Amino acid sequence: MARAAGAPRRVLALGATSAIAEATLRLMAEQGASFFLVARNAAKLEAVSADLLTRGAAQVSGEVADLDDTAGHPALLARAVAALGGIDVALIAHGVLGIQAEAERDYATAEAVLRTNFLSAVSLVTWLANYFEGEPRAWRGEVEGQGVDALTATNIPHPRKRRGERRGTIAVISSVAGDRGRKSNYVYGASKGGLNVFLDGVRNRIDRAGVQVLTIKPGFVATPMTAHLAKSALFASPAVVARHILNAIDRGKDIAYAPPFWGLIMLVVRSIPGRIFKRLNL
Amino acid sequence: MGSSATSTKQAPQFESWGRYPKMQADVVPLHWTTDFPLPQAPPTKVLPVGLGRSYGDVCLLDHGTLLETSGMDRLLHFDAATGVLRCETGVSLQQILDFAVPRGFFLPVTPGTKYVTVGGAIANDIHGKNHHVAGAFGRHVLRFELVRSDGSRFVCSPVENPEWFAATIGGMGLTGLMTWAEIRLRPIVSRKIQYRGEKFHGIEEFFGLSQVATSEYTVAWIDCVSTGRSFARGIFMQGDHAPEPAPLTKSKEPRLTFPIELPAIALNRWSMAAFNSLYFHKQVGKQKTASIDYEPFFYPLDAVLHWNRMYGRKGLLQFQNVIPFESGREGMIEILKAITKSGLASFLAVIKFFGEVPSVGMMSFPKPGVMLALDFPIRKDVSFDLVERLAKITLEHGGRMYSAKDARMTAEQFQAFYPQWQDFARYVDPGFDSAFWQRVTGRRPLDG
Repeated sequence: MARAAGAPRRVLALGATSAIAEATLRLMAEQGASFFLVARNAAKLEAVSADLLTRGAAQVSGEVADLDDTAGHPALLARAVAALGGIDVALIAHGVLGIQAEAERDYATAEAVLRTNFLSAVSLVTWLANYFEGEPRAWRGEVEGQGVDALTATNIPHPRKRRGERRGTIAVISSVAGDRGRKSNYVYGASKGGLNVFLDGVRNRIDRAGVQVLTIKPGFVATPMTAHLAKSALFASPAVVARHILNAIDRGKDIAYAPPFWGLIMLVVRSIPGRIFKRLNL
Repeated sequence: MGSSATSTKQAPQFESWGRYPKMQADVVPLHWTTDFPLPQAPPTKVLPVGLGRSYGDVCLLDHGTLLETSGMDRLLHFDAATGVLRCETGVSLQQILDFAVPRGFFLPVTPGTKYVTVGGAIANDIHGKNHHVAGAFGRHVLRFELVRSDGSRFVCSPVENPEWFAATIGGMGLTGLMTWAEIRLRPIVSRKIQYRGEKFHGIEEFFGLSQVATSEYTVAWIDCVSTGRSFARGIFMQGDHAPEPAPLTKSKEPRLTFPIELPAIALNRWSMAAFNSLYFHKQVGKQKTASIDYEPFFYPLDAVLHWNRMYGRKGLLQFQNVIPFESGREGMIEILKAITKSGLASFLAVIKFFGEVPSVGMMSFPKPGVMLALDFPIRKDVSFDLVERLAKITLEHGGRMYSAKDARMTAEQFQAFYPQWQDFARYVDPGFDSAFWQRVTGRRPLDG
């Protein structure tokens, strides 16, 4: 069901215990949003839920799941839709940094990073794009497994677009690392770079249906994922990044560098000619 | 974005607010209450730390492992009827105010900065301008969870594990890691404080004003530089939460940061004397009343982040003590004389009466008497001698110094100030330690 104007947001957060996601969800909780949270760790999920409820969330539910399990995605999304009565914002925030040195030596390590950061996000966005667009073929038994039965069984009407209305938002936390392959982190970078191209395509497809597809590109952020890295002045806090994300969602943006100065940095990085780039220590 | 921006780390240096002494330690950030005990037991002892607003070495551990708690910053439950807030111990007082003020609640006790974690507030049993009415922070803590290095976790309150409750409040983080705590906030209807400032000359007049004051919040700024007629002049400040309802908005974030470290020469007795003169005469009349926002009343220095950089790379020393009322006058006069004689200037000197409300913690600092707190720049041959002299005067008059501010107490002085220290030591976790605790138990000598 589409959201009535002024009604609080219904937010699905995948990877809800990620630091950037948590900070973003807090801002939405202060606005009275409802949430369905998905993460791998039950204790952490409970802590985040308590925080959001205390700060003003209308309702918080969720489940423990490993998003690497792409076969389970349709059923998971159906349960989210049922719990919330519809989704206004789907925030995809799960991901791993991986260890570049290991991924170089061993393909299986690289594959794991690609599966978590790229494939599982592709799977989720595929189903979500179809849900928001209201495309019936996704629900009609064309994929095996209980997922589709679960979806059709919930009997939620497809969102119908009215003129000028935003039917929903798919917001995905990507990274500046996807803008250009660098020797220090290209496996992670590739997982995000591929994701960026995929999201561009989905955006081009469903924009006319009134669906926002937002590619969020944070730069360096001080989170548990980067705890092992020496901090420099370039590092932003999750709270700052969250404000930019919420801003970008509200403004209907396509791509958001967070903080925005990274847009300029990456413009420069992308422009460096290859023969010079190869000699840099990036 | 060179490789230095993404190199794996050398230990980032965690500094106390005084930036003296400086020590190297591994810093392990905790983000979840389940992050401790650490997956692999560290090779060194550990110490929980928050936002580093303590001075001295109570939040340092040389070549140890600091458990940095500000990532455990979740609110867990709030009861709007009773004002009881349960939150993780890395939540700062500023975050609590951002949450509570719009809902009509304030901190029951607040120190001079809001950039302090709940854990730090409990571990140092902090006090505020309302001590004579409300006691210290620990009095407003209902319960908390304590986690020990052997993995045991238990809830502490006045009825559950009460000895652990008393040992951990004011326990300087040595009894274990607090993961969450419940505190009772107090209701307010306005951001405004009804303020009154009154000039005074001399300790006698300060005592007189303190004895008749009726406000909830009182503190006096006192000039520790001037001699002669201006000796011990100051401004006695009183405040109460305004009773008339007014919009309860969130505070704006500070925009000013002290950008550089000043060279040591910048703060000297002449520049400080000039500042003191200006500050004293800023209030033109003898008495002044006003309705002011709570921010500048409670947190004047928070408006400039990193103001401690003003003291340069060497850092500063803080001296804070309390002397019982019986010897309060003579004790304070002797202390002020010693300070003016030393030529060392301090422009952040505050003096206040502590009240009779008993402290809950075994090792808590506040007790009934006169309290003095002031900063000095660190000058070779002068500063350490002065603090030594002030510690002696404090001891002679039956007073004690505050661990959270201290870098120079000797083991003998500490043990005389807090004779219950051996009782307390039984609650110290074998896996925890601090540079302060090493010093005051005679295991680490004073440097310099």
